[in-house]
Amino acid sequence: MFRAIAAHLMMTLMLAALLGGCGDSDAPATARSPADGLTGKLTLTGSSTLAPLAAEIGKRFEQRHPGVRVDVQTGGSSRGIRDVTSGAADVGMSSRSLNADETPGLTTHTVAWDGVCFIVHRDNPVAALTNEQLLAIYTGKIDNWKQVDGDDAPIVVIDRAEGRSEVELVTHFFRITTPDIKADAIAGENQQAIKSVSTNPNAIVYLSIGTSEHEAARGVPIKLLPLNGVPASVATVLDGTFPLARPLIMITRNDTPSPLVDAFIAFATSSDVDDLVEAQSFVPIKH
Amino acid sequence: MSPSSTDTIDATRHARRRRVIDALLLAALRCAAGVSAAVVLVIAWFVAAEAWPGLRDVGVTRLLTDDAWRPTAGRYGMAPMLIGTLAATFGAVLLTAPLGVGSAVFLRFYAPRRVASVYRRVVELLAGVPSVVFGLWGIAVLAPLIATVSPLGQGQSLLAGVLILTMMTLPTVALTTDAAIAAVPADTRRGAAALGLSRRAIAWRVVIPAARAGIVTGVILQTGRALGETMAVLMVCGNIVQTPHSVFDPVRTLTANIALEMGYADDRHRAVLFVSGLVLMLLVAGLVLIAEAIDRRRVHVT
Repeated sequence: MFRAIAAHLMMTLMLAALLGGCGDSDAPATARSPADGLTGKLTLTGSSTLAPLAAEIGKRFEQRHPGVRVDVQTGGSSRGIRDVTSGAADVGMSSRSLNADETPGLTTHTVAWDGVCFIVHRDNPVAALTNEQLLAIYTGKIDNWKQVDGDDAPIVVIDRAEGRSEVELVTHFFRITTPDIKADAIAGENQQAIKSVSTNPNAIVYLSIGTSEHEAARGVPIKLLPLNGVPASVATVLDGTFPLARPLIMITRNDTPSPLVDAFIAFATSSDVDDLVEAQSFVPIKH
Repeated sequence: MSPSSTDTIDATRHARRRRVIDALLLAALRCAAGVSAAVVLVIAWFVAAEAWPGLRDVGVTRLLTDDAWRPTAGRYGMAPMLIGTLAATFGAVLLTAPLGVGSAVFLRFYAPRRVASVYRRVVELLAGVPSVVFGLWGIAVLAPLIATVSPLGQGQSLLAGVLILTMMTLPTVALTTDAAIAAVPADTRRGAAALGLSRRAIAWRVVIPAARAGIVTGVILQTGRALGETMAVLMVCGNIVQTPHSVFDPVRTLTANIALEMGYADDRHRAVLFVSGLVLMLLVAGLVLIAEAIDRRRVHVT
């Protein structure tokens, strides 16, 4: 009898502790009532490239406006444009510019830039590669550096994991599909890509320009290759001259103005989210 | 009231309090055990539920026979990754088992006391190194080293994965073997010595056979760890989806595949990744059952 009661008590206590713990981590001790009057739910759909960043921005927005819920769903840029046009989403996300027939009644807001460059080891004598040479290297038609005026050494081609935004950008740029790429290794995270090249003078990989520039400045032995004669840097991405870059945009409807959507877009394009943009290896916009 | 009656009351009170504490402790332990069991069941159920759309829409046959792994193009051939996983794991076990047992025998039978104590600390330290550190070391030191001898000109390969997994599992196998040898009754060893057997005969003919079940259990549990290892393998294996034809070929393991693609996968691609998670869980569960069976047999023998 006593044991049963004790067990019961214990159970209740543990449950309470568990639930209490959950509640605490969910909501900070600050007042829950919306001080600024912003309440409601915001739905974003579209580009899977932009979605992780949008989710982070959404989280920070929710912290500042406790009455707001931000729901981010993926499904591709086309879905984002379609959903915001139809009203299924409040904000569409796209990692490509809109076609002419998609624009009426919509406003686009660039929230970040996605720029990708090719890097080689600093000791690699090759200073630049043409688009044709890069394409030939990545499709396995050129496999020795001497074919592109480098040393007599095999080219170690490193690709990125399928589904990453870098892959999408590069395959789109060269008008190829992922099965066309003949790689010697595949790198996941940016740091792995950097390490694969900084430890192998014959390797080549592509990754975020922001991360590459940062690592090169830190003294990691890598070299950013120019593209079409344009040096790879955050600056050339921002002024629109670097060819392997694209804006990440949020799209809103003109006919249904909403203070909540306006506040969210203003926040997403403010310098308050620059650190989130950089954490996702994108380039923040100029404010 | 006499002092003796106060004592009796005190004693009764004490006994009652102890019973209450015992009851509370028992309840707490029951809760803890229940929660651990529930967590495993919930995870298994969740993985199975998430994997189900993949099994239903793609089917086991296609998962095993599709000619390539191109999930965004609707091709889901997982067989090369299953082979890569097994090759890396069993390659590592083939190296770990003899090296681990050898190092434990050295510790117990040959090493001078002081050397043995230092050596044991070093092995324990090695067992505590996080896998991502092994991965970094592998990509920065081991892979370039292999690149100098590889015909492919780069070192991220099955060989690198096998060596890294060997380094990760070796210390624990050495420690479990050491413990298994220590658990052999001292009488057994003394009896063998009294028969005038050489040190080598005592080690390999008497003590090791007596400790066999414990040694094998340790090796099997480490096989499970090698199967599930992700970060280090992801960093050194090269991650090309292909059936390896030489140890220098890059391979992708099922764990690396999940880590590489889960962040960017949706719908069917995601479900198929959960299928590979399910396969890994079943493999590890099978190994644990084998280890359990061996362990039980040992209890009956002694």
